[in-house]
This record gives sequence, structure tokens and C-alpha cells, in this order.
Amino acid sequence: MALLGAEVNAGDVLFRGVAALFAITIVLVLGAMAIQMWVAARPSIAHSGWRFIVGRDWDPVRDSFGALPFIYGTLVSSLLALGIAVPISLGVAVFLTELAPPWLRSPVSFLVELLAAVPSVIYGLWGIFALAPFLRNHLEPFLGKTLGFLPLFQGPHQGFGMLAGGIILAIMITPTISSVSREVLRAVPDSLREGALALGSTRWEALRHTILPYARSGIVGAIILGLGRALGETMAITMVIGNRTDISVSLFAPGYTMASVIANEFTEATGDVYLGALAEIGLLLFAVTLILNVVARLLVWRVGRAPEGARG
Amino acid sequence: MIQSLALARTSEATRESARTPARPSAAPDRPKMRAEALRAHFGKTEVLKGITLPVESTTVTAIIGPSGCGKSTFIRCLNRMHEVVSGARVAGKVLLDLQDIYAPDVDPVRVRRRVGMVFQKPNPFPTMTIRENVLAGLKLNGLRPKDTEELVERALRQVALWDEVKDVLSRSGTSLSGGQQQRLCIARSLALEPEVLLMDEPCSALDPIATARVEELIHELRERYTIVIVTHNMQQAARVADFTAFFYLGELVEYDRTDVIFTRPSEKKTEDYITGRFG
Ligand SMILES: Nc1ncnc2c1ncn2[C@@H]1O[C@H](COP(=O)(O)OP(=O)(O)OP(=O)(O)O)[C@@H](O)[C@H]1O
Ligand SMILES: [Mg+2]
Repeated sequence: MALLGAEVNAGDVLFRGVAALFAITIVLVLGAMAIQMWVAARPSIAHSGWRFIVGRDWDPVRDSFGALPFIYGTLVSSLLALGIAVPISLGVAVFLTELAPPWLRSPVSFLVELLAAVPSVIYGLWGIFALAPFLRNHLEPFLGKTLGFLPLFQGPHQGFGMLAGGIILAIMITPTISSVSREVLRAVPDSLREGALALGSTRWEALRHTILPYARSGIVGAIILGLGRALGETMAITMVIGNRTDISVSLFAPGYTMASVIANEFTEATGDVYLGALAEIGLLLFAVTLILNVVARLLVWRVGRAPEGARG
Repeated sequence: MIQSLALARTSEATRESARTPARPSAAPDRPKMRAEALRAHFGKTEVLKGITLPVESTTVTAIIGPSGCGKSTFIRCLNRMHEVVSGARVAGKVLLDLQDIYAPDVDPVRVRRRVGMVFQKPNPFPTMTIRENVLAGLKLNGLRPKDTEELVERALRQVALWDEVKDVLSRSGTSLSGGQQQRLCIARSLALEPEVLLMDEPCSALDPIATARVEELIHELRERYTIVIVTHNMQQAARVADFTAFFYLGELVEYDRTDVIFTRPSEKKTEDYITGRFG
């Protein structure tokens, strides 16, 4: 045997093999799930074709399956949630890393993380008993009065609807986004902070021009994690969004999401086509999640790429 | 061409530092800065135990002393960077043009604008290009000068970096070598035209050639700027500084003209340190 090179270390080979196996398992599980859903969805794909994605009529009794209201509901409620949660979460993260006195940091972080541990059915109950009445009696009338010229804030005040769904989701994803962003901001080297401050910048200027740009891709990662949670959330949003298969521009109107309809109707679904339709919605949810992830990644990559040769 | 220029500068500089009285322009009655009974704490530990030290205008003052004696802490007190660390406190006075920068109505941001700082470890902003790094101070202060190209070139020429980077100005600041990064950081500070420049071991990460460049640069800069430099290198202090202060365990042991400190110090501790008997 050659003295150099040819010998291999048995431990390393084993370790590499096991690690690769785990990595492959994840890909396999994902693939198996997609295939399984596609198989289950086939009767529906054959039955409805493209009408499934563009149709607005969902009437299982007459075998009419148009899933657009669910897609719309999922997208709008998730984006609304991001719109509310991202500024709040970034504010929390920045406060905890840059501004708060040290003694306040861990109690506040702990409370924020506690929010993530609350079961979603509790959020749903809170939505029913507290949030929806508050929206109906206070927030919606107020929005209607001040911003009522926008189609978003027109129509009857019902409490249960897209707005309630978006707010509940926002509360649920805030801990995720803020705790991941906090870690990302904490990882920004102090030397950058000090460099900016020593140039006579205020804390805000240092944050805006050096710290946030440095942390940007990590923060986008945090937002994607939050978005993933919002897209897939089922229980809480089902309890407050109103569950009506309508597409309405108004945020006051009830809607429906993909995850909700699967959960609500799966047990009573009869026949291959109906079951297939629900499976197809699952497949679409899968696809929507994937597409949004890819789009977000592309966005980070294209918008303000770090200058060439950046390490850091 | 560049090299011969550099050489010319060095020989001129050597001639100048050979002259005995520090500088005629140094006005000893009115220093640019002055620390008075300056104390600094990290939490409960007192790191500076009452330092009183002048920093003469348009001269180079070197701070020497064994590791951990409070040199970095001292210069960080001169532009209010010490208090940035959580738990850090300062007591006493630091005068800048006779005004106490620790007076309650003084905005630390304005102090730092006038008293620039170069850190031991080069810290260019990785998300900015070389050009943006030079202009960072202006951008961070919301200034928008018209002739930015000219400004960038002037700042980079000042630190003898222009010829090395003029073709790659839109690469990241961190794509440069350590020595180039440090000169970029100096250029970044100079672009703001501070009155005082604090340098904390600016050459500790540099090779001898880059170190020589930075030393030359210091020689030129002291025509217009007041410089305080922390260094572990005795020869460097002797080469660049007009005045030298020796710190030991948070106290100022001796302060005098550099040639006095290095030829006939009045304290035994100073002599022991500069002759390498401890530290
Ligand atoms: N962030 C900090 N928290 C607590 N103590 C600190 C901190 N930074 C420095 N110290 C302490 O303050 C003292 C002075 O530190 P300083 O950095 O000023 O020393 P120095 O003279 O610059 O040393 P060196 O030559 O090694 O850079 C040291 O005893 C150090 O342990
Ligand atoms: Mg130091």
C-alpha cells in the first residue's frame, strides 16, 4: 500500500455516510410528500384542469372546484401579517440589541419568545373573544371613517374577516421574526458599530447605514421564516377569518385560506374528486410557499448585492 | 516616481525630528486637548486613576505602556467612545479647545465629528465599496459634497492608497489587504477633516513597509492635525512623536518631550520600560 493518500480513515467515512444519509432523507421525505399529494390530486386535476386555479366558485355539491378565493385569502392574510409584523419585529430586535439597557434585555426577550410558545388555538380563542369584538366596535369604524375612501376599508364592520386573520397571524409570527433578527443583529461585529459611531454618526445613522445593510440577508431570512409560518398557520386563522369563499378587496370582509379549507372540509369530503381537490390545494400551498421563498431569495440576491470581494 | 517621492518625504521628516525642540508652532500655554483628573471605569473596576495630560496642538503625542495599562481606554475617553461600552463610566474633564467635552450639554456625536479615531484592527464597512468607505463619514453625517470624486482621490492620495486602488474603487472595502484596509480607514477619518486624530496601535496589523507608509503619513498629517497615537513599538514612538506619555497600571508615570523620555527619563519605571526590563 502507498504510504500517503491511499489510506482512509474509517471513522470519517462512517461520519460522512451518516451525515449524507440524513441530508438525503429530508429531500426524500419532501419528494415523497409532493408525489403522494400529486397522486391524490390527480382526479381533481383531470376534473377541473386550469379552472381550479383561476375559478372562484367552490361548490362541492355541484362538483365545481375553483380554489382562487383560498389562494387569495392565504396570500392577502400572510402579506398583511408581514406588513404588520415586520416593522414591529425589527423595532423589537433593534431595541433589544442596540438601545435597551442591559438589565431590560433578557426579560423582554423572554417575553417575546414566550409568545411563540402559546398554542395557536389559544390565539384563536383570544381572536374570537377579544380581537374580533374590538375590531367590530372600534378599529373598523375608525379605519372606515379615516381611510374609508380606500376600497380596502369599506363595507360592513363584522370583526371576523381578513383584517382579524392578518392581525392574528402578525402576532404569531412576530416572535419568530424578532428573535431571529435579534440574533442576526447581535452577530454584527462591534467594530462596525464603533467605526460608525467614531465617525460622528448617531445611533440611528449607524444602524441605517452600516448595521442593517450588514445584517440584511439574515433579516430577510428571518422574514421568510415568519412568512412560512403565516402561510401554513391553520387553527388560529380558521377561527377568525370568517371562512367564506369570497374574494373581496375590503379587509373587513370574511375570507378563507388554503390551510383552513383543508382542515375544515377534509373530514366531510366525499368522493375522489372532492378529496382530490383538497389534496390539490395542499399541493398549491406547497407551490406558493416554494415560489415565495425563491422570490424572496432572488430579491435579496439582486437588490443591493454586497460589493464585489466583500467578506465579513 | 511614487517611491522617490516617499523617500524624499522620509528624509525630510527625519531631518525634522532630529531637531531638538519639538515644534515652534506648539503653543504650550493652550493645548488642543487636555485631560484633567480623568477617571474611567468598567463596571466597578477603575481603569484610569486620575490622568492629567495635555495634547499639544498640531503635534504627535505617543502613549506607551505595558499591555492592559489603559492606553486604549484613555484615547477612547478623548472622543467619548469609552461610554459606548455597556457599564463603562468616565469622571473628570477632557477639554477640547478649552471646552469640557463631558459637560452635560455636549453632544458626543459632535465631539466624535471633531476628534476622529482609527482602531487597532482595520474596520472598513464590508457592505460599502472602497469609494463609499471613504465617503462614509460624510454620508453618515448627512453631508452631500459636490465634488465627491475629487474628495475620494484626495483622501486616498493622502494615505498613499490611490495608485493601488484607483481601478477597483467599486470593490468592497474588505477586499483589500490588512495594510490597505488600515490606510482606507485612515482616509475615511481624514475625509471628515477632524481636528484631532486618535490612533490606537494603527500599525499592529501591518508589515514593515505598510508601517513605514503610515508613519510617513503621520509626519505629513501633523502639519495640520493634532495626533495621539498608542503604540507598543518604542522605535515608532521615537520616530513619530513630539511628546510621549508613559502609562502604568492606569496612571500617568511620566510625560515629556519624546527625546527627553527616551534619553533621560526622570522616573525609574519609565527607564525600565523603555529599556525593556519589563512590560
Ligand atoms: N470591555 C471591557 N470590560 C471590562 N474591562 C475592560 C474592558 N476593556 C478593557 N478592560 C480592562 O481595562 C484595562 C485597560 O484596558 P485597555 O484596553 O485600555 O489597555 P491597553 O493599555 O490598551 O492594553 P493593550 O496594550 O493590550 O491594548 C485592562 O485591565 C482591561 O482588562
Ligand atoms: Mg489597547
